[in-house]
Amino acid sequence: MLTFVIRRFIYMIITLAVISFISFALINAPPGNALSQKISQLQSQGATVTGQQVAALEKQYGVHDPWIQKYWKWITGFVHGNFGQSFSANQPVSSLIWGKLGLSIALATGSLLIAWALSIPIGVYSATHRYNMPDNVVTLLQFIGIAIPEFLFALVLMTLAVKYLGSDVGGLYSSHYQHAGWSWGKFVNLFGHLWIPLIVISAGSTAWLTRVMRANLLDVLGQQYVQTARAKGVPEHKVIWKHAVKNALHPLVMTIGTTLPLLISGEAIVSIVLNLPTTGPLLINSLLTKDMYVAGALLMMLSALLVIGNFASDVLLAVIDPRIRLGE
Amino acid sequence: MTTIPTSIAPEPKRATPPELVESDVGTIPQWRLMVRRFRQSKLAVISVFILIILYLCALFATFLSPNQYNAQDPNRKFAAPSSWTWSGGPAICAERQYLDRQALEFKYKADCGHPVGIHFFGEGFKYKLFGVIPTRRHLMTVGQGQKLLIWGADREGRDIFSRSLEGARVSLTVGLLGVAIGTAIGATIGTISGYFRGRVDTALQRFIEIILSIPTLPLWLTLAAVLPRDMSVTKRYLLITIILSLVGWAALARQVRGKVLSYSSSDYIAAARAAGSSSKRIIFTHLIPNSTSHIIATAMLAVPATIIAETSLSFLGVGMLPPAVSWGVLLSDAQQVSTVEQYPWLLIPAALVVLAVVCFQLVGDGMRDAVDPYA
Repeated sequence: MLTFVIRRFIYMIITLAVISFISFALINAPPGNALSQKISQLQSQGATVTGQQVAALEKQYGVHDPWIQKYWKWITGFVHGNFGQSFSANQPVSSLIWGKLGLSIALATGSLLIAWALSIPIGVYSATHRYNMPDNVVTLLQFIGIAIPEFLFALVLMTLAVKYLGSDVGGLYSSHYQHAGWSWGKFVNLFGHLWIPLIVISAGSTAWLTRVMRANLLDVLGQQYVQTARAKGVPEHKVIWKHAVKNALHPLVMTIGTTLPLLISGEAIVSIVLNLPTTGPLLINSLLTKDMYVAGALLMMLSALLVIGNFASDVLLAVIDPRIRLGE
Repeated sequence: MTTIPTSIAPEPKRATPPELVESDVGTIPQWRLMVRRFRQSKLAVISVFILIILYLCALFATFLSPNQYNAQDPNRKFAAPSSWTWSGGPAICAERQYLDRQALEFKYKADCGHPVGIHFFGEGFKYKLFGVIPTRRHLMTVGQGQKLLIWGADREGRDIFSRSLEGARVSLTVGLLGVAIGTAIGATIGTISGYFRGRVDTALQRFIEIILSIPTLPLWLTLAAVLPRDMSVTKRYLLITIILSLVGWAALARQVRGKVLSYSSSDYIAAARAAGSSSKRIIFTHLIPNSTSHIIATAMLAVPATIIAETSLSFLGVGMLPPAVSWGVLLSDAQQVSTVEQYPWLLIPAALVVLAVVCFQLVGDGMRDAVDPYA
């Protein structure tokens, strides 16, 4: 078990190292470096930038350093929590990111829990009541759930909420709670704003996981030990929940690896539409203003989130399934 | 660790109804068996027809659109869809201008007392069919002074119906082209990985794992945002396609590898090897032809995600950019809830996205079930 965890951990570190190279390459990809944008920004504000100042700034930011040195500077800073300087916001990237990353993680985890809580019972029902009316309805809803782009779903749901529930949507709080201290009212208000993003982000994954659950359970229900249990006279609900579902859950744990990227991408785009203060809007804004240090740090962070999530799911799978920890 | 399934496990095959147990299974070609199995899935067959119609609409976009897709009309900003009526044939209600005294601006109101007949195959704006045949004929036109706005108009008074047809040309092809490139890369790497095994396989699999562990949308966004914003529409179209395929090939490579791995341990490959076939011959005459149908089915299932990706990128303003038209670009007009609430017809292109994506998904599902017709 320990060797398994250590091996996965080393893979995780290697993966993160490669991703950091990719992020760094993207930071440096746009034509013109960040400094020339900084200088043109200063000039547009009316400041005169002399050749000496340019040279000093270039030295400070190490523009003429070889790229490996720049990379090393960036990545060592990264490890120490210093992600570089945002040129448009004029403050350290780290101060921009942390709070938003927290909300992103909260939304992604919340949606993962919702997706699991919904997809397991629905999948079980769908598999045990195959091809009847509710199963067909569920199948149809699944196709639509997979097919609707998240931003569209968010937009439609938001419009409907404004029209029929009269609630103010978008953002985290209503305007009068924006700067108020914490109170019960603010808490309720927060939840009034969070249900739409949670539904939207989890919709696609719920649909997908329900299909996975249904297919898994159908596979397991066809196996001989289930037949044996039924032949012994075990009550049907016990056959399903105790014998079959338990074994159909393993692939679901494995799919965390495919669900997590969906959730992180979904969270990003939904937050942009709903104007939530998470990493999504920050990423798109920094990309549009070519504030590449912010963008690179965010890409790195989101990837790290995913890699750590995958690592956790691998370990979890090894805990529940001895074949995996002993097989490798 | 075990590989993460990248697509939903196929459902266990239903028992073949007795009337379909036919004696010619061993005698007719495999592709006919596949077609036969595919036809059993009604939804997939219907989806194929809908997709054909959608692609024909994209092909004949200029003929089908009553107005030029980029013609602005300051008098019809956010005009509502024309209301249909009947007067010896399909007709629309005439638009009558009136002065809104409160807002002090001219507004338009449908006046159904004066229906305007629709002319079929009448003359409209000049265009070149397929880019070569100059003509003025359109499927539907209305008389002078009136405008047929089937799905209303956007903030510049441009016809949303015509724009959606024009946008279909980009949105429906980006997905196919992106997946085609991704499949070519994925199939090559997957075959190499699955056939040669050993270190090559391990290295490639680790590489694929790394690619898969970068969240797709942020990566797409970053890659697309790196492109200069002032490049020509065609160039941008090609680069966006390449970006979409760069991320998509990894999942495909993984599935192809799995297939090749299971084939290459089968008896007939061993026989070919024993008979002295080279690796090249085994790969090109045995492995690839055998996995083609699986590769196509997997590729089909990747098309919907690519269409959604293009739409999302364009919606966020980093994919296709105006003046290019795609469904995502059209939807980016509908970013504010207040706008959507007031002018809900701005969301109509969204229905097309969902329709196309559902159809591709169903066709992909049907094909995946059909590629193994002997089961």
